[in-house]
Amino acid sequence: MSKQNETLKTITVAGLLCFVCSILVSVVVVTLRPQQAKNAELDMKKNILMSAGMIKDGDDIEAVFATVETMIVNIETGKKVEMDAKRYDQVAAIKDPAMNVKIPADKDVGGLSARSKYAKVYLKRDSAGAIETIILNVWGKGLWSTMYGFIALGPDTKTIKGFAYYSQGETPGLGGEVDNPNWKSQWVGKNLYDTDFNVAFAVNKGAVDKNHQLANYRVDGLSGATITGNGVTSSMKYWFGEHGYSKFLANVRAGEI
Amino acid sequence: MSIKSLIVDPLIKSNPITLQILGICSALAVTVQLKNVFVMCAAVTVVVALANMGVSIIRNHVPSSVRIIVQMTIIASLVIIAEQFLKAYVYDQWKTMAVYVGLIITNCIVMGRTEAFGMKNGPIESFFDGIGNGLGYSIILIVVGFFRELFGSGKLFGMTIFELTKDGGWYQPNGLMLLPPSAFFLIGFIIWVIRTKDPSQVEE
Repeated sequence: MSKQNETLKTITVAGLLCFVCSILVSVVVVTLRPQQAKNAELDMKKNILMSAGMIKDGDDIEAVFATVETMIVNIETGKKVEMDAKRYDQVAAIKDPAMNVKIPADKDVGGLSARSKYAKVYLKRDSAGAIETIILNVWGKGLWSTMYGFIALGPDTKTIKGFAYYSQGETPGLGGEVDNPNWKSQWVGKNLYDTDFNVAFAVNKGAVDKNHQLANYRVDGLSGATITGNGVTSSMKYWFGEHGYSKFLANVRAGEI
Repeated sequence: MSIKSLIVDPLIKSNPITLQILGICSALAVTVQLKNVFVMCAAVTVVVALANMGVSIIRNHVPSSVRIIVQMTIIASLVIIAEQFLKAYVYDQWKTMAVYVGLIITNCIVMGRTEAFGMKNGPIESFFDGIGNGLGYSIILIVVGFFRELFGSGKLFGMTIFELTKDGGWYQPNGLMLLPPSAFFLIGFIIWVIRTKDPSQVEE
């Protein structure tokens, strides 16, 4: 075979192979996408319910989630808005210029620079229609990553009923311990706000002294993860401050939701 | 070679992990829980069998100057396909293993088999050689995963076998078993056992 022929053959083989492989991969990706989307949605529901401690492993997620009311809230006014909650993605909305709000520098304690205009809120009511649990989406910067989570509050909007991150990329073993069940369980029963509804919650430096006057507003610090811990604290400060969910929670206390 | 020996030989006699010392990285990474081990083993076995067969089918048309990249392309496509299937059908396992599934591409066993066997033999033999090597890899991973999950967290397939002290039982888990180095020790131990039984594997 001449040299030119050989080069031509090499290119033909390479081209054909790439073509066949790309067809195979795209067919599989496209046909499996609906099933994957369903999984991702179910996983998100599981995260929401897990954060509030409403399910254990093996429970029927769909059945429990059906008892939870999903609502879209305008964060600025704290009022409910009519929107298709199924199709709204609060995290994706940060990047949409029509759906996001710039955070003024003096209020940007979490370093987030922008947030969505609307929040997706999950409410669990008792049989009489009174709110039992409020589940809110929160996120903030850690050391390496943005940590996304859900926090569940009691009807007084102060008491934490549960907390969990569903996505974070902190150092495994150090900051990654925010996923440690023992650490997360400390959150339960702690107070987010002080009596005047200022955000008082923080991740402590070191272990919490049970007799300290602020012990009710603190969880143990994670050793070797000061910056992750500070990130958790400042994200709480932002999300429950005046630029975050505080108006909505005030409306909940006033019984308007 | 008969199909039977293609499948049986790599199980112990020429096991890719213990004799050829290939594929160690994923053997360390995914063996904390048996559930993940099985998903990983299935994925690797399917990928190595199909990649071996795919390479074998086109082996006479591949110019030797680009053969490695051609093999890589086939392997990478198959791994992406396998990962998409895992994401669609075993989402929870896919989430905990995420990056390691993609890393099957760099698993030396796959490339090693396509280069050493698929390029020289017919598609059917290559397919079964892939199955054999995938199973050989699986056997070692299952043994390692069995000990790591049992002694590291007192469970098998997520079901409690030894009641842990922190749950009021008697078993104090061995924390080392949860860390990757323990897989090294276990694999070393397995190699020692195999080579004591079969001295022909001992290197000079």
